[in-house]
Amino acid sequence: MNRVENTCTNILVVGIGGQGVMTATEILAEAAIALGHDVKKTEVAGMAQRGGVVSSHLRFGQRVLSPQITPGTADVLLGFESAEAMRWQHMLKPGGITLMNTARLVPPVVELGLFDYPEDPLAEIRKSGNKVVAFDATTIAQNLGDIRLGNTVMLGAIADHLPFGAEVLLDCVLKRFQRKGEKLVELNRRAFEAGRAAVGEAETAAA
Amino acid sequence: MAAVMPVPAASRVLMSGNEAVARAVWEAGVKVAAAYPGTPSTEMLEVISSYPDLYAEWSVNEKVSLEVAIGAAYAGSRSFCCMKHVGMNVASDALMTLTLTGVIGGLVIAIADDVGLSSSQNEQDSRYWGRFAHVPVLEPADSQEAYAMTLYAYELSEKFQVPVILRMTTRINHVKSLVTVGERNEYVGAGFKKEPARFVMVPGNAGKRIPLMFARDIKLRELAETSELNFIEDGSDKCVGFIASGPAYMHVKESFPNAPVLKLGFSSPVPFEKCRELAALVDQVVIVEEVEPLIETELKAQGLKVIGKEILPLQGELSPNVLKPAIAKLLGEPVPETTALAPLQVFPRPPTMCVACPHLGVYYTLSQVRNLNISGDIGCYTLGAGHPWNALDTCVSMGASMGVALGMDKGRGESDKDKRVVAVIGDSTFLHMGMQGLLDMVYNKGNVTVLLLDNRAVGMTGGQNNPGNGYGIHGEEAPRVDFAKLVSALGVRDERIHVVNPYELPVLFKTIREEVKVPEVSVIITDQPCVLVKDYHKLKPFEVVEDKCTGCGNCIDVGCPAIHVTRRGKEVKPSGREVNLAFVRIETSVCTGCGLCVQPCAPKAIVHHVPTSPIQLVTKGGCAA
Repeated sequence: MNRVENTCTNILVVGIGGQGVMTATEILAEAAIALGHDVKKTEVAGMAQRGGVVSSHLRFGQRVLSPQITPGTADVLLGFESAEAMRWQHMLKPGGITLMNTARLVPPVVELGLFDYPEDPLAEIRKSGNKVVAFDATTIAQNLGDIRLGNTVMLGAIADHLPFGAEVLLDCVLKRFQRKGEKLVELNRRAFEAGRAAVGEAETAAA
Repeated sequence: MAAVMPVPAASRVLMSGNEAVARAVWEAGVKVAAAYPGTPSTEMLEVISSYPDLYAEWSVNEKVSLEVAIGAAYAGSRSFCCMKHVGMNVASDALMTLTLTGVIGGLVIAIADDVGLSSSQNEQDSRYWGRFAHVPVLEPADSQEAYAMTLYAYELSEKFQVPVILRMTTRINHVKSLVTVGERNEYVGAGFKKEPARFVMVPGNAGKRIPLMFARDIKLRELAETSELNFIEDGSDKCVGFIASGPAYMHVKESFPNAPVLKLGFSSPVPFEKCRELAALVDQVVIVEEVEPLIETELKAQGLKVIGKEILPLQGELSPNVLKPAIAKLLGEPVPETTALAPLQVFPRPPTMCVACPHLGVYYTLSQVRNLNISGDIGCYTLGAGHPWNALDTCVSMGASMGVALGMDKGRGESDKDKRVVAVIGDSTFLHMGMQGLLDMVYNKGNVTVLLLDNRAVGMTGGQNNPGNGYGIHGEEAPRVDFAKLVSALGVRDERIHVVNPYELPVLFKTIREEVKVPEVSVIITDQPCVLVKDYHKLKPFEVVEDKCTGCGNCIDVGCPAIHVTRRGKEVKPSGREVNLAFVRIETSVCTGCGLCVQPCAPKAIVHHVPTSPIQLVTKGGCAA
């Protein structure tokens, strides 16, 4: 049987319930729609409202069939949390890239001493041979005054790793906040640019 | 809930399957829609409730929701009902008779199968109901189809006066894809016409309806043979042809773009001739369906040589990385590499109860009481089975905690003769199916202590309203059931009914310990709102005074995710026993000041972040701040 070449762009966004993973993916989807792509988005959000693993799949291209990203075919992995970025490495295609927040969110099973949180998830990912860019999105958001901006920081981080320009994505982010006033629009613009800059710097430093 | 208000017709919108069905229900002019929330079906009714011009309700269970829809359809209006797969088990009693009477106005039942078990106690294939109840089944493969098939289902329903099942799965319900929407059409209902021979299903009448049902089956199969929802796409690679339905079709197309495919959208009754048509085109036919081999079995019974579950899994989701290796193996080709990298080992991150969840106190307390066998139920509080509490021994189906507890009591073996039986159930769950079980327990003189955890929400599905919290589907005020009076009316003696605050651990502990000793039915109602609903009010957060923390770890056993270990240590007791120590901090930004962790802290190391008032417990109503 003949094989198919995957003509879709596959983006996997991962984190923990409550971090805004699904919203971020939705905004990425809006950007792809704005550019006329066919789009499918799905997630595995698990059982809990909070605290569980969340992975959100986004596929776009001329025609998208299966909604799920096949393991080993993700172009970009956007990780909202260190251990989660590590958990989903097998989804990346060879040569794919991980953009990860260095924040560590430790679950109760680790606090109870039943399991260990990986000492250095970034090093583990590097060891696997995959390309990874790490930055502290949570602190960036906190410095801008609100931890909830972390989500926009992460979108800024992926902005230069998409098959389309960062402006399209930024537009989609800002559109969400237009109703809520100029102040929030401005704050999100700064968060977006800060995320974008953080990834740029990390890449320059690594080069 | 994304699609709040109607977008203009002809717009291309990114919609989940649930949102697409909701839009179609509104466009079809449906007048009555009812459901009980259940993942992955919940958003259908949530979105429907946001549309104007129709009646929507959260019913207390799926059977009632179907009954409401039936009544509306008998009255001549279009109606809608949705549920998750396990919900149809509850509603099936009404369904099996409904398919005999048929409907006047169109009735569509959307059933969401949790293929892959993202949040369910079993994995079941709702397409069986189509065969069992003799009703047509439509299976969309994406949101656009979910939208279009819902609209078509109303036409089909009215043409044959039959309810139609729209079978969805998680990857339809929760996948967002683009949908081109239309306009709303007013539907003018025919009104109710008295026809006792049709609508009063006493045996004499029902018996006469059965042959009509079989005649309808024949007509429906003829329709399926010519339906545009069932189509063959030819392909250049004839060695394998596929018959697929639902999202499985998408996986087939993605994996084998050059193979001939018969896509079944109108999948029951199965169009046998169409299937033969495909078989004639190819060397071998593979049936790709989630999860049971339904179509496969029917085709094999027809004498068609087809392959299905011999090579495909009987459980879980299909996807290209399941299909490709299976077909390669069938053809004797090398199995393609699907994974570039073996998964890295990371700790599991099971779902947790929320910070300050009122159930934390209950499970912490249950974990401290010895000699209990605890029967549990469906909902957030099922998480009590996990760490650190391990305080739940069974979980079968919604409401089953009651009957199971009575059975554990009556059927206790020698080793359990001194154990106390406790049943745990939530408010919505109790109203859904628990009441009857409790009545049975009282009537049959069970020795069970029931913990009725009233958190005023259907918590696990996102905090939907129910008669336990006094709000309707639109958030409007509604009568709120008085659980103490209700259980009293079911026959529990008033001395055995206690309403306690789950944040007051000593009272909770004392009440449970005393009630389990009483050899009759007791009901302990815990009354505090879910932290995610609007009735919950945050208090001042706590923090740990580092110098005072002795590392005992008692607070960790409460299980609140706001408590984090800063360092671990060991201590050797005078007896020579080695004890593990865990020093903690509280994540102040998420702490709501519920005070649960303060109570087991012996050295009084947990204090208010902003000093210095004594602990303020959340009082009844949750607004002590």
